[in-house]
Amino acid sequence: MKAKNQRLTLILVAVAAMIGAALLAMSALKDEAAYFYSPADLAAARPSADQALRLGGMVADKSIKREADGVTITFMVTDGKAQTPVRFKGIAPDLFKENSGVVAEGKLGADGVFVADNILAKHDERYMPPQMDGKMHKTGKVE
Amino acid sequence: MHAFANPARFLSLARPLTLWFGWVGGLLLVGCVVWGAVLGPADYLQGDTVRIMYIHVPAAWLGMAGWSGIAVASAMQLIWKHPLAGVAARACAVPGAVFAALCLATGSIWGRPAWGTWWEWDGRLTSMLVLFFLYLGYIALSAAENDGDGADGRMSALFGLVGAVNLPIIHFSVTWWNTLHQGQSISLMGGSKIDASMLWPLLGAALGASLLFGAIILMRMRAELARTKVEARMRRMAAQ
Repeated sequence: MKAKNQRLTLILVAVAAMIGAALLAMSALKDEAAYFYSPADLAAARPSADQALRLGGMVADKSIKREADGVTITFMVTDGKAQTPVRFKGIAPDLFKENSGVVAEGKLGADGVFVADNILAKHDERYMPPQMDGKMHKTGKVE
Repeated sequence: MHAFANPARFLSLARPLTLWFGWVGGLLLVGCVVWGAVLGPADYLQGDTVRIMYIHVPAAWLGMAGWSGIAVASAMQLIWKHPLAGVAARACAVPGAVFAALCLATGSIWGRPAWGTWWEWDGRLTSMLVLFFLYLGYIALSAAENDGDGADGRMSALFGLVGAVNLPIIHFSVTWWNTLHQGQSISLMGGSKIDASMLWPLLGAALGASLLFGAIILMRMRAELARTKVEARMRRMAAQ
């Protein structure tokens, strides 16, 4: 075998091994590297009441309600399998809407209501002009 | 590729190509950014905020393409010991780092109105930041390595190859993990989830930025070859 073919084989094997190792490591990180829990994850994980975590999913249709004080809102986060009620006091971002993605940061209370101290809006991967809305929109997928 | 490993032949081709890539790429980039960001439609959900996409997405692609270039050139340098391969790999580093930084900056500016945050440690954002740091490390390492005489640049080439494992991590971060960043809009197999009125200017801007990127790399390669030539001549003159 010529020296350069030897180097070629060596580097191909090394690159394949490296990518394999990285893929294995990343798939092992699957849960730890998740940015948020979905409502179904939350039901399975049963975190303690003082654990700070993020809850992500879709804001359920017609679930946003404003409480009497005018600054507290409650809504349901759904992933299609489970639902978690959320209470938040403060200013939500503009893109926070029903049937749209949301990530709430806070703690799960003992009563099963997630108390959020920050809300982030999560939009999906579709972009289109306003007049197209409804043609491609509303798959209701959590992503 | 072997035919272009000869620096003299490379230079005779690179000189006119620099000009073509630079002008065509620059005009295409500016034209398509104006087409998309100024004349194009607003988004149904985000409104005018979406217009930063025409900078953010090409910058992100080229930030990743820059490291792909480093990795391929590094492999060619290690395997075939092409004299030009190391030059090409080093030429990709600074422009790649600039595009990665541009991607992070525009992403942060976009994230504030769209998501409600400048920065979050989610999988996509973090892996892109790691890519930027890898660029900085590569630039420092290759600069240090090329200071000494007789250095063959092998360490930076190995670093360039190993760093390439971050590229699939960036790409698949939004698939593997829950992230705040949305999933991919454009895939080779699955088509596009961006309306045509936004997709074409975006693809045009990405092509223009790529050509400009190519022109910058050719310029940097020519500059390094010229520097090597000057240094060799200085050494010969000093020896006489």
